[in-house]
Amino acid sequence: MIETDGNFTHNVILFGRLLRGLGLNVNTGRMIDLLSALQFIQIGSKADFYYTARCLLVRRQEEIPLFDEAFNAFWQKPGDRWSAPHREAISERRQKPAFVPPPLKPPSSEMPGNGANRGNTNHGKPIIQVVMTYSERELLRKKDFSECSGEELEAIKGLISNLVWQLGTRRSRRLEPGNGRQLDLRRTLRRNLKYGGEVLEWAYRQPKYKNRPLVIIADISGSMERYTQLLLHFIYSLSEGLEQKVEAFVFSTRLTRISRQLHGRDVERALNQVSLLVPDWAGGTRIGDALKRFNFNWSRRVLGQGAVVLLISDGWDRGSANLLSVEIARLQRSCYRLIWLNPLLGYEEYKPLARGMQAALPYIDDFMPVHNLASLEELAQHLHLIERARGIQRQL
Amino acid sequence: MTMPSVDSIDDLQNALHRLLYIADRGLATSIFLAIKLGRPLFLEGEAGVGKTEVAKVLTEVLHADLIRLQCYEGLDERQAVYEWNYTRQMMHIRLAESRGEKVEEDDLFGPRFLMRRPLLQAIEGSREKPVVLLVDEIDRSDEEFEAYLLEILSDFQITIPEIGTIKAQQPPVVVITSNRTREVHDAIKRRCLYYWIDYPSFERELQIVNAKVPQAPSQLAREVTAFIQEIRRAELFKAPGVAETLDWVAALVALSQEKLEPRIVEETLGVILKYQDDVDKVKSQGIDTLLERVSMVGL
Repeated sequence: MIETDGNFTHNVILFGRLLRGLGLNVNTGRMIDLLSALQFIQIGSKADFYYTARCLLVRRQEEIPLFDEAFNAFWQKPGDRWSAPHREAISERRQKPAFVPPPLKPPSSEMPGNGANRGNTNHGKPIIQVVMTYSERELLRKKDFSECSGEELEAIKGLISNLVWQLGTRRSRRLEPGNGRQLDLRRTLRRNLKYGGEVLEWAYRQPKYKNRPLVIIADISGSMERYTQLLLHFIYSLSEGLEQKVEAFVFSTRLTRISRQLHGRDVERALNQVSLLVPDWAGGTRIGDALKRFNFNWSRRVLGQGAVVLLISDGWDRGSANLLSVEIARLQRSCYRLIWLNPLLGYEEYKPLARGMQAALPYIDDFMPVHNLASLEELAQHLHLIERARGIQRQL
Repeated sequence: MTMPSVDSIDDLQNALHRLLYIADRGLATSIFLAIKLGRPLFLEGEAGVGKTEVAKVLTEVLHADLIRLQCYEGLDERQAVYEWNYTRQMMHIRLAESRGEKVEEDDLFGPRFLMRRPLLQAIEGSREKPVVLLVDEIDRSDEEFEAYLLEILSDFQITIPEIGTIKAQQPPVVVITSNRTREVHDAIKRRCLYYWIDYPSFERELQIVNAKVPQAPSQLAREVTAFIQEIRRAELFKAPGVAETLDWVAALVALSQEKLEPRIVEETLGVILKYQDDVDKVKSQGIDTLLERVSMVGL
């Protein structure tokens, strides 16, 4: 099985750095070998992973105990966390003083385990605590956002910000030098000047592929309240993580554009700005009205260049279903791909019976869950694979 | 090549008026400043409110040449700035060969083989006349072109590697229009004077109708204008612009109408409304009731 998750890779790299800090000869080449080896093994098996790592990272028999101890401490179960004294205890066994590498990514304040350490700064910066072991992560991945405890939510926020986002491309009308079919006379002539005007080499141009813009329209009404906080984090991570422009809107009874507020390095500050701006948190839901506002005021401005639209809502609509179906049809016509993300889709027994959902279903290109981390990862995968040609499910 | 002097905003507004362009004070002010400060004028607004027209009448006011660049996606240097005339170059090489001469590169990439596209034309300008450069519908172009345009707008010069740098003797008056189908980068807007052209008020629109379609009976002109103003207030996906108003008046004049009648309105609604949803909506409101309200406004 291939574990493509960026966070696991991140952990493996951190682990490598820890080993290097403990004096093992772990270089980048080795780490690359290890990471590519991972795709050949059953990553769920801790033993397999252990031996894979050991055979690649340990060169001498004497290093094995040190490796074992580091491995056990690093890839431990949650709760029993790696601490600075722990690390010192291991490194004491080495003759030369251990070099402790700085973390790859500075631990962000909302990560778990940080709180426990705040009091004792004497032990230096927490380094390993920011990383969760994979079993903990696996549990968290599958857990519905609405059932998470405060601490787990914080952990998930951290994981969300680590997700790698990429959106499918579209063929633009711009041409660039390459192996396309368009003849590039300017370069051809330049290239053949050396032959005295005899054209021996042809130069061509090919279409340039560009990122599709992304538009997110999120429901922040009362029924979505349990998800709102995390979804905003998710939207923030999308708009920060993607290269292209991301336009974001939220609605419950009114539509508010929050794209500009989402800029900036600090997620808490950005979300604060958003909360100041939005007048109707956890209000009633009028999806049809919100979409109408979007269609009338914004669609022409933000849906150009083959945009992909993410509509996040549970489909509980108190407005007119008729209006909703008219407006969502219009929305689908004016974008390249309309993806509806519904947190309720995570429940196995869920059927899209809500009136709003019924009205909208015929006009949705993709209907996907958005209730736990695993579903976000799936979405990331899906966005990446969006085809250059439109999907099949289209309205007449 | 001096520009006819436009000394005040009033001057300009009157001059525009004489050319049948009825400009708001705000618009006249920004046009005036664009000329005086030598800054590009960035015009945004709904379709059909007369953005492009500004450049055209301005050309007449200044007795200038209008150079127009229509933007589209993928518009590149070759179409916007310059291109070498390859066929001619090839032919030149062949002819020289047949005469047994040697072709110099400098000769091959000289002004003789250069095809000047709108931006280069605008920069080179003409000796006698000022130039108005209209960059139309910039929102249809892409980021690459915006970046290129930015370079040109910042110092009004173009560098052609084979020839050198060409600098504008007298910077052109630049008018950039956008329909907002895409947000244009702030860097462009920062260099420009920005003006949002709104739909005109009833009085102003009537003035425009009378100026542009003088043969229209006065009752018809009034009613049409009032009708348009009325349906702009309804929530339409695409409200009719001034261009539609003028088209409609002209159409009704061609049909020899003296005033608006329900039947003829229904038959010609396609002149002003371009979406079926909108047509349905206006019809469902009842053309009769609309006309009733209109007849009261008109008087």
